[in-house]
Amino acid sequence: MGNITNEGLILACSAIGAGLAMIAGIGPGIGQGNAAGQGAAAVGRNPGAKGDIMSTMLLGQAVAETTGLYGLVIALILLFANPLLGKL
Amino acid sequence: MAGILAADADFMIHSLKKLQILGQEVYLTTTHVSLLIVCVGLIVFALIVRMTLKDTEKPSGLQNAVELIVETLDGMVKSSMGKHATRYRNYIGTLFLFLLISNISGLVGLRPPTADYGVTFPLGIITFILIQYNNIRWNKFGAFTDLFKPIPVLFPINLIGEIAVPFSLSLRLFGNVVSGTVIMALIYGLLSKFAFLWPGALHAYFDIFSGAIQTYVFCMLTMVFITQKIPEDN
Repeated sequence: MGNITNEGLILACSAIGAGLAMIAGIGPGIGQGNAAGQGAAAVGRNPGAKGDIMSTMLLGQAVAETTGLYGLVIALILLFANPLLGKL
Repeated sequence: MAGILAADADFMIHSLKKLQILGQEVYLTTTHVSLLIVCVGLIVFALIVRMTLKDTEKPSGLQNAVELIVETLDGMVKSSMGKHATRYRNYIGTLFLFLLISNISGLVGLRPPTADYGVTFPLGIITFILIQYNNIRWNKFGAFTDLFKPIPVLFPINLIGEIAVPFSLSLRLFGNVVSGTVIMALIYGLLSKFAFLWPGALHAYFDIFSGAIQTYVFCMLTMVFITQKIPEDN
């Protein structure tokens, strides 16, 4: 185990960290599915308001997506602009 | 990070030319080029429309389509800002067209300008300034005391909530566009032997659908944030 360089260790751990950061995608998935389901139910109850329901649902989904995108940004930073490599 | 990814799949911002401005190293990047193409395209389109504009009862052809676009954008601003719409429809309309063309410019082989955080963050800053301008204009000193409501202990949280707005707005747009760019680059770079016809469906989703939704969301959130700082009775 003596042949792992410092840089290699950081790169490997960053790759694992990037994968873990993408677990954040679970939350927005559940949230967006919930919003879409409620939207479908609302259209079923009141088909006339389809346009309003659609835009409200998309807006809510896009806001719910933000937390997942934070995870994506962390993963991208770890992979392509790793701040830890500079600390060696 | 010269791994397999960086070699085969190309989605990074490249610097084209190095400039020295006031002792600082400044790079002209692919973002600048695609930004310039988008802006020049929009300006040329606007000039062409302006020159062919005629004052008739029944517009036809290009003028008809442009009037439809303008009326749709004005209607969108009107529906969420009410009577304050007249002050903001120019900005929101411009923002909408710019973001839409930027987001779907991946279709013609450009790297979308909005896939660079340096483009989306200034847009978030503009929104932040508009929000705080309206906050101070309509609430006067209340803009400051609102931070201490409902209880003074929440002041730090309220302050962070105000400051986080431009970051969340710009990161949302950036994250969506850059994820599409990365996935398309991975497909063309790593699956280049199999990539025929079916990436079109992914282009339709990532570039057109996602781009249009994010454009709409950015404009909508800007309008909502501005409007909620204006008191109801005004």
